[in-house]
Amino acid sequence: MQILVFSGSLRERSYNTALARAAADHAPPGIHVELYDGLAELPPYDEDLDGEDAPASVRELRERITQADGLLFVTPEYNGSIPGVLKNAIDWASRPPRGGAALWGKTAAVAGATTGQYGAIWAQQDLRRVLGIAGARVVDGELPVARAQDAFDETGTLLDEGVAARLAGHLAALVAEAAPVAVAA
Amino acid sequence: MSTITEQATTVIPAGEWEIDPAWSSLEFEVTKLGLVTIKGRVPGFSGTIRGGEEPSIEGVVDATSLTTFDETRDGHLQSPDFFDTARYPELRFESTSVSARGDELIVEGSLTIKGTTRPVVLTGRYAGEGADPWGNDRIGLELQTTIDRTDFGLVWNAPLPRGGFLLPNEVVLRAIFAAVKAS
Repeated sequence: MQILVFSGSLRERSYNTALARAAADHAPPGIHVELYDGLAELPPYDEDLDGEDAPASVRELRERITQADGLLFVTPEYNGSIPGVLKNAIDWASRPPRGGAALWGKTAAVAGATTGQYGAIWAQQDLRRVLGIAGARVVDGELPVARAQDAFDETGTLLDEGVAARLAGHLAALVAEAAPVAVAA
Repeated sequence: MSTITEQATTVIPAGEWEIDPAWSSLEFEVTKLGLVTIKGRVPGFSGTIRGGEEPSIEGVVDATSLTTFDETRDGHLQSPDFFDTARYPELRFESTSVSARGDELIVEGSLTIKGTTRPVVLTGRYAGEGADPWGNDRIGLELQTTIDRTDFGLVWNAPLPRGGFLLPNEVVLRAIFAAVKAS
Protein backbone atom coordinates (compact mmCIF):
# COMPACT_ATOMS: atom_id res chain seq x y z
CA MET A 1 0.00 0.00 0.00
CA GLN A 2 1.21 3.47 -0.86
CA ILE A 3 0.56 6.69 1.03
CA LEU A 4 1.26 10.05 -0.59
CA VAL A 5 1.99 12.87 1.85
CA PHE A 6 1.52 16.58 1.18
CA SER A 7 3.01 19.43 3.18
CA GLY A 8 1.14 22.71 2.79
CA SER A 9 4.25 24.71 3.63
CA LEU A 10 6.92 25.60 1.05
CA ARG A 11 9.41 26.83 3.65
CA GLU A 12 12.56 24.75 3.61
CA ARG A 13 12.75 24.25 7.38
CA SER A 14 9.00 23.91 7.79
CA TYR A 15 7.73 21.98 10.81
CA ASN A 16 4.86 20.72 8.68
CA THR A 17 7.27 19.30 6.11
CA ALA A 18 9.22 17.78 9.00
CA LEU A 19 5.99 16.17 10.24
CA ALA A 20 5.22 14.98 6.70
CA ARG A 21 8.70 13.40 6.46
CA ALA A 22 8.26 11.77 9.87
CA ALA A 23 5.23 9.93 8.49
CA ALA A 24 7.58 7.58 6.60
CA ASP A 25 9.18 6.49 9.90
CA HIS A 26 5.91 5.96 11.75
CA ALA A 27 3.71 4.26 9.17
CA PRO A 28 2.61 0.65 9.80
CA PRO A 29 5.01 -2.03 8.49
CA GLY A 30 4.89 -2.61 4.75
CA ILE A 31 3.40 0.79 3.96
CA HIS A 32 5.30 2.82 1.41
CA VAL A 33 5.21 6.56 2.16
CA GLU A 34 6.15 9.17 -0.43
CA LEU A 35 6.37 12.93 -0.07
CA TYR A 36 4.83 15.07 -2.80
CA ASP A 37 6.91 18.23 -3.19
CA GLY A 38 5.48 19.80 -6.33
CA LEU A 39 3.07 22.34 -4.81
CA ALA A 40 5.15 25.33 -5.96
CA GLU A 41 5.19 24.09 -9.57
CA LEU A 42 1.41 24.02 -9.92
CA PRO A 43 -0.03 27.04 -11.72
CA PRO A 44 -2.99 28.81 -10.10
CA TYR A 45 -6.10 26.82 -10.92
CA ASP A 46 -7.56 27.95 -14.22
CA GLU A 47 -10.25 26.00 -16.05
CA ASP A 48 -8.88 27.36 -19.35
CA LEU A 49 -5.62 25.45 -18.70
CA ASP A 50 -7.41 22.25 -17.77
CA GLY A 51 -8.28 19.30 -19.97
CA GLU A 52 -6.24 16.60 -21.67
CA ASP A 53 -3.40 19.05 -22.31
CA ALA A 54 -3.31 20.29 -18.72
CA PRO A 55 0.15 21.41 -17.53
CA ALA A 56 2.64 18.60 -16.88
CA SER A 57 2.80 19.47 -13.19
CA VAL A 58 -0.97 19.04 -12.92
CA ARG A 59 -0.95 15.74 -14.78
CA GLU A 60 1.82 14.48 -12.50
CA LEU A 61 -0.15 15.54 -9.39
CA ARG A 62 -3.26 13.71 -10.59
CA GLU A 63 -1.27 10.63 -11.58
CA ARG A 64 0.47 10.37 -8.21
CA ILE A 65 -2.81 10.78 -6.32
CA THR A 66 -4.46 8.16 -8.52
CA GLN A 67 -1.62 5.71 -7.87
CA ALA A 68 -1.68 6.25 -4.10
CA ASP A 69 -3.98 4.20 -1.87
CA GLY A 70 -4.21 6.92 0.76
CA LEU A 71 -3.26 10.57 1.24
CA LEU A 72 -2.00 12.50 4.25
CA PHE A 73 -2.29 16.30 4.10
CA VAL A 74 -0.11 18.14 6.61
CA THR A 75 -1.07 21.77 6.85
CA PRO A 76 0.11 24.92 8.56
CA GLU A 77 -2.53 27.51 9.43
CA TYR A 78 -2.50 30.82 7.58
CA ASN A 79 -5.04 33.38 8.75
CA GLY A 80 -7.11 30.68 10.37
CA SER A 81 -7.25 28.33 7.41
CA ILE A 82 -5.26 26.32 4.89
CA PRO A 83 -2.51 27.87 2.69
CA GLY A 84 -3.47 28.88 -0.83
CA VAL A 85 -0.91 26.53 -2.39
CA LEU A 86 -2.51 23.53 -0.71
CA LYS A 87 -6.03 24.58 -1.66
CA ASN A 88 -4.79 25.12 -5.21
CA ALA A 89 -3.50 21.54 -5.42
CA ILE A 90 -6.80 20.21 -4.07
CA ASP A 91 -8.70 22.28 -6.63
CA TRP A 92 -6.67 20.79 -9.48
CA ALA A 93 -7.06 17.27 -8.08
CA SER A 94 -10.84 17.70 -7.71
CA ARG A 95 -11.40 18.21 -11.42
CA PRO A 96 -13.16 16.96 -13.49
CA PRO A 97 -15.97 16.53 -10.96
CA ARG A 98 -17.57 13.30 -9.87
CA GLY A 99 -15.75 10.02 -10.53
CA GLY A 100 -13.27 11.56 -12.97
CA ALA A 101 -11.29 13.43 -10.32
CA ALA A 102 -8.15 11.93 -8.82
CA LEU A 103 -9.36 12.88 -5.33
CA TRP A 104 -12.86 11.43 -5.68
CA GLY A 105 -13.28 8.46 -3.35
CA LYS A 106 -9.60 8.61 -2.29
CA THR A 107 -8.99 8.06 1.42
CA ALA A 108 -7.36 11.06 3.08
CA ALA A 109 -6.26 12.13 6.56
CA VAL A 110 -5.20 15.53 7.85
CA ALA A 111 -2.51 16.73 10.27
CA GLY A 112 -0.93 20.06 11.09
CA ALA A 113 1.79 21.74 13.11
CA THR A 114 2.17 25.24 14.51
CA THR A 115 4.53 26.92 16.92
CA GLY A 116 1.50 28.17 18.85
CA GLN A 117 -0.72 26.19 21.16
CA TYR A 118 -3.52 25.07 18.80
CA GLY A 119 -1.70 22.91 16.24
CA ALA A 120 -3.45 24.26 13.12
CA ILE A 121 -6.78 22.88 14.28
CA TRP A 122 -8.86 25.39 12.29
CA ALA A 123 -6.85 24.69 9.14
CA GLN A 124 -7.33 20.95 9.65
CA GLN A 125 -11.08 21.35 10.14
CA ASP A 126 -11.31 23.43 6.97
CA LEU A 127 -9.14 20.90 5.15
CA ARG A 128 -11.45 18.04 6.16
CA ARG A 129 -14.44 19.96 4.84
CA VAL A 130 -12.70 20.87 1.56
CA LEU A 131 -11.51 17.31 0.96
CA GLY A 132 -14.98 15.94 1.69
CA ILE A 133 -16.62 18.27 -0.79
CA ALA A 134 -13.98 17.28 -3.34
CA GLY A 135 -15.24 13.72 -2.86
CA ALA A 136 -12.47 12.23 -0.73
CA ARG A 137 -13.11 9.68 2.03
CA VAL A 138 -11.84 11.72 4.97
CA VAL A 139 -10.59 9.84 8.02
CA ASP A 140 -12.11 10.99 11.31
CA GLY A 141 -10.17 13.34 13.54
CA GLU A 142 -7.23 15.70 13.34
CA LEU A 143 -3.61 15.48 14.40
CA PRO A 144 -2.72 18.86 15.92
CA VAL A 145 0.96 19.30 16.79
CA ALA A 146 1.27 22.40 18.97
CA ARG A 147 4.56 24.08 19.96
CA ALA A 148 6.24 22.28 17.08
CA GLN A 149 9.61 23.89 17.93
CA ASP A 150 9.70 21.63 21.00
CA ALA A 151 8.77 18.46 19.08
CA PHE A 152 11.50 18.55 16.42
CA ASP A 153 15.24 19.15 16.58
CA GLU A 154 16.97 21.69 14.33
CA THR A 155 17.37 19.13 11.52
CA GLY A 156 13.62 18.46 11.48
CA THR A 157 13.80 15.08 13.19
CA LEU A 158 10.77 14.26 15.32
CA LEU A 159 11.88 13.76 18.90
CA ASP A 160 8.62 14.01 20.85
CA GLU A 161 7.47 10.48 21.64
CA GLY A 162 3.90 11.53 22.34
CA VAL A 163 3.61 13.17 18.91
CA ALA A 164 5.27 10.13 17.33
CA ALA A 165 2.72 7.82 18.95
CA ARG A 166 -0.20 9.98 17.81
CA LEU A 167 1.24 10.14 14.28
CA ALA A 168 1.58 6.35 14.20
CA GLY A 169 -2.03 5.95 15.37
CA HIS A 170 -3.25 8.45 12.81
CA LEU A 171 -1.41 6.66 9.99
CA ALA A 172 -2.76 3.30 11.15
CA ALA A 173 -6.31 4.71 10.97
CA LEU A 174 -5.61 6.07 7.47
CA VAL A 175 -4.25 2.70 6.31
CA ALA A 176 -7.22 0.84 7.81
CA GLU A 177 -9.69 3.14 6.07
CA ALA A 178 -7.82 2.99 2.77
CA ALA A 179 -7.77 -0.82 2.75
CA PRO A 180 -10.08 -2.27 0.11
CA VAL A 181 -13.43 -3.42 1.48
CA ALA A 182 -16.13 -5.57 0.00
CA VAL A 183 -18.83 -3.55 -1.70
CA ALA A 184 -22.09 -3.75 0.28
CA ALA A 185 -25.70 -2.98 -0.55
CA MET B 1 -63.05 1.67 16.98
CA SER B 2 -63.27 1.54 13.27
CA THR B 3 -59.89 1.85 11.63
CA ILE B 4 -60.63 -0.04 8.47
CA THR B 5 -57.55 -1.67 7.07
CA GLU B 6 -57.81 -4.28 4.41
CA GLN B 7 -55.33 -6.44 2.61
CA ALA B 8 -54.42 -4.93 -0.70
CA THR B 9 -55.58 -8.02 -2.54
CA THR B 10 -58.62 -6.00 -3.46
CA VAL B 11 -56.36 -3.23 -4.76
CA ILE B 12 -53.31 -4.68 -6.51
CA PRO B 13 -54.32 -7.28 -9.09
CA ALA B 14 -53.02 -10.80 -8.55
CA GLY B 15 -49.83 -11.77 -10.28
CA GLU B 16 -46.25 -10.56 -10.55
CA TRP B 17 -45.51 -7.15 -11.99
CA GLU B 18 -42.08 -5.86 -13.05
CA ILE B 19 -41.44 -2.17 -12.55
CA ASP B 20 -40.62 -0.42 -15.84
CA PRO B 21 -38.04 2.36 -15.20
CA ALA B 22 -38.86 4.00 -18.55
CA TRP B 23 -42.36 4.70 -17.30
CA SER B 24 -41.38 5.48 -13.75
CA SER B 25 -39.67 8.14 -11.74
CA LEU B 26 -38.02 7.95 -8.38
CA GLU B 27 -37.40 11.38 -6.96
CA PHE B 28 -36.13 12.92 -3.77
CA GLU B 29 -36.52 16.44 -2.43
CA VAL B 30 -34.78 18.53 0.19
CA THR B 31 -35.64 22.09 1.12
CA LYS B 32 -32.49 24.18 1.41
CA LEU B 33 -32.47 27.07 3.90
CA GLY B 34 -36.09 26.11 4.54
CA LEU B 35 -36.85 28.10 1.38
CA VAL B 36 -36.02 26.31 -1.82
CA THR B 37 -36.80 22.73 -2.75
CA ILE B 38 -34.07 20.90 -4.67
CA LYS B 39 -35.17 17.81 -6.54
CA GLY B 40 -33.11 14.83 -7.50
CA ARG B 41 -33.91 11.84 -9.61
CA VAL B 42 -32.66 8.27 -9.71
CA PRO B 43 -33.25 6.79 -13.15
CA GLY B 44 -31.65 3.43 -12.48
CA PHE B 45 -33.93 1.14 -10.51
CA SER B 46 -35.78 -2.13 -10.81
CA GLY B 47 -38.35 -3.94 -8.74
CA THR B 48 -41.19 -6.39 -8.46
CA ILE B 49 -44.73 -5.94 -7.22
CA ARG B 50 -46.79 -8.96 -6.27
CA GLY B 51 -50.56 -8.76 -5.97
CA GLY B 52 -52.91 -11.43 -4.78
CA GLU B 53 -53.07 -13.07 -1.36
CA GLU B 54 -49.70 -11.89 -0.13
CA PRO B 55 -48.97 -8.58 -1.78
CA SER B 56 -45.42 -7.29 -1.67
CA ILE B 57 -43.20 -4.64 -3.19
CA GLU B 58 -39.44 -4.76 -3.49
CA GLY B 59 -37.01 -2.62 -5.36
CA VAL B 60 -33.31 -1.97 -5.91
CA VAL B 61 -31.93 1.42 -6.82
CA ASP B 62 -28.60 2.10 -8.53
CA ALA B 63 -27.26 4.87 -6.30
CA THR B 64 -24.58 5.74 -8.85
CA SER B 65 -27.31 6.91 -11.23
CA LEU B 66 -28.71 9.61 -8.94
CA THR B 67 -28.67 13.12 -10.31
CA THR B 68 -29.71 16.56 -9.18
CA PHE B 69 -28.83 17.97 -12.62
CA ASP B 70 -25.67 19.61 -11.27
CA GLU B 71 -22.46 17.69 -11.91
CA THR B 72 -20.47 19.12 -9.02
CA ARG B 73 -23.27 18.57 -6.50
CA ASP B 74 -23.85 15.05 -7.82
CA GLY B 75 -20.18 14.27 -7.30
CA HIS B 76 -20.46 15.37 -3.68
CA LEU B 77 -23.72 13.45 -3.16
CA GLN B 78 -22.12 10.25 -4.40
CA SER B 79 -18.95 10.75 -2.35
CA PRO B 80 -18.33 9.41 1.18
CA ASP B 81 -19.77 12.64 2.66
CA PHE B 82 -23.20 11.39 1.50
CA PHE B 83 -24.15 8.12 -0.23
CA ASP B 84 -20.61 6.72 -0.65
CA THR B 85 -21.65 4.94 -3.83
CA ALA B 86 -18.23 3.33 -4.31
CA ARG B 87 -18.90 1.22 -1.21
CA TYR B 88 -22.70 1.25 -1.23
CA PRO B 89 -23.80 1.24 -4.87
CA GLU B 90 -27.35 0.08 -4.14
CA LEU B 91 -30.33 1.28 -2.13
CA ARG B 92 -33.01 -1.30 -1.36
CA PHE B 93 -36.62 -1.44 -0.29
CA GLU B 94 -38.48 -4.54 0.79
CA SER B 95 -42.05 -4.46 2.04
CA THR B 96 -43.24 -6.25 5.14
CA SER B 97 -46.92 -5.42 4.63
CA VAL B 98 -49.06 -3.90 1.89
CA SER B 99 -52.52 -2.73 2.90
CA ALA B 100 -55.18 -0.23 1.93
CA ARG B 101 -57.34 2.18 3.90
CA GLY B 102 -60.00 3.55 1.63
CA ASP B 103 -58.17 4.88 -1.44
CA GLU B 104 -54.87 5.10 0.38
CA LEU B 105 -52.22 2.45 -0.14
CA ILE B 106 -50.03 1.81 2.91
CA VAL B 107 -46.75 -0.02 2.42
CA GLU B 108 -44.61 -0.84 5.43
CA GLY B 109 -41.14 -2.16 4.89
CA SER B 110 -37.41 -1.79 5.34
CA LEU B 111 -35.29 0.72 3.49
CA THR B 112 -31.53 0.26 3.17
CA ILE B 113 -29.37 3.28 2.43
CA LYS B 114 -25.57 3.32 2.81
CA GLY B 115 -25.67 -0.12 4.41
CA THR B 116 -28.12 0.91 7.15
CA THR B 117 -31.61 -0.63 7.22
CA ARG B 118 -34.52 1.16 8.88
CA PRO B 119 -38.28 0.59 8.92
CA VAL B 120 -40.33 3.05 6.85
CA VAL B 121 -43.98 3.52 5.96
CA LEU B 122 -44.85 4.59 2.42
CA THR B 123 -48.27 5.95 1.59
CA GLY B 124 -49.88 6.66 -1.72
CA ARG B 125 -52.35 5.17 -4.10
CA TYR B 126 -52.90 2.46 -6.63
CA ALA B 127 -53.70 4.30 -9.86
CA GLY B 128 -55.26 1.42 -11.77
CA GLU B 129 -54.62 -1.10 -14.51
CA GLY B 130 -54.46 -0.64 -18.27
CA ALA B 131 -53.34 -2.28 -21.51
CA ASP B 132 -50.50 -0.61 -23.44
CA PRO B 133 -50.17 -0.61 -27.29
CA TRP B 134 -47.63 -3.45 -27.20
CA GLY B 135 -49.82 -6.08 -25.60
CA ASN B 136 -48.74 -5.60 -21.99
CA ASP B 137 -50.93 -5.20 -18.95
CA ARG B 138 -49.68 -2.40 -16.76
CA ILE B 139 -50.48 -1.08 -13.32
CA GLY B 140 -49.64 2.32 -11.88
CA LEU B 141 -48.69 3.20 -8.30
CA GLU B 142 -47.64 6.32 -6.45
CA LEU B 143 -45.84 6.12 -3.10
CA GLN B 144 -44.22 8.67 -0.87
CA THR B 145 -42.48 8.93 2.46
CA THR B 146 -40.30 11.32 4.43
CA ILE B 147 -37.15 10.00 6.04
CA ASP B 148 -34.58 11.48 8.38
CA ARG B 149 -31.36 11.12 6.40
CA THR B 150 -29.27 11.08 9.59
CA ASP B 151 -30.96 7.75 10.51
CA PHE B 152 -29.02 6.31 7.56
CA GLY B 153 -25.69 7.94 8.38
CA LEU B 154 -26.03 10.83 5.91
CA VAL B 155 -25.10 13.53 8.39
CA TRP B 156 -23.19 16.11 6.32
CA ASN B 157 -24.29 19.72 6.77
CA ALA B 158 -23.00 23.28 6.62
CA PRO B 159 -23.69 25.99 9.21
CA LEU B 160 -25.41 29.20 8.12
CA PRO B 161 -24.13 32.69 8.95
CA ARG B 162 -27.29 33.57 10.91
CA GLY B 163 -27.53 30.23 12.67
CA GLY B 164 -29.00 26.91 11.67
CA PHE B 165 -27.86 24.67 8.86
CA LEU B 166 -27.96 24.56 5.07
CA LEU B 167 -29.67 21.19 4.78
CA PRO B 168 -32.65 19.78 6.65
CA ASN B 169 -32.55 16.22 7.93
CA GLU B 170 -35.90 15.48 6.31
CA VAL B 171 -35.85 14.15 2.78
CA VAL B 172 -39.01 13.43 0.80
CA LEU B 173 -38.89 10.29 -1.35
CA ARG B 174 -41.49 9.98 -4.07
CA ALA B 175 -42.00 7.11 -6.51
CA ILE B 176 -44.44 7.17 -9.38
CA PHE B 177 -44.14 3.96 -11.30
CA ALA B 178 -45.65 1.63 -13.82
CA ALA B 179 -45.20 -2.12 -13.68
CA VAL B 180 -45.70 -4.63 -16.46
CA LYS B 181 -47.32 -8.01 -15.82
CA ALA B 182 -44.71 -10.73 -15.97
CA SER B 183 -45.54 -13.21 -18.73
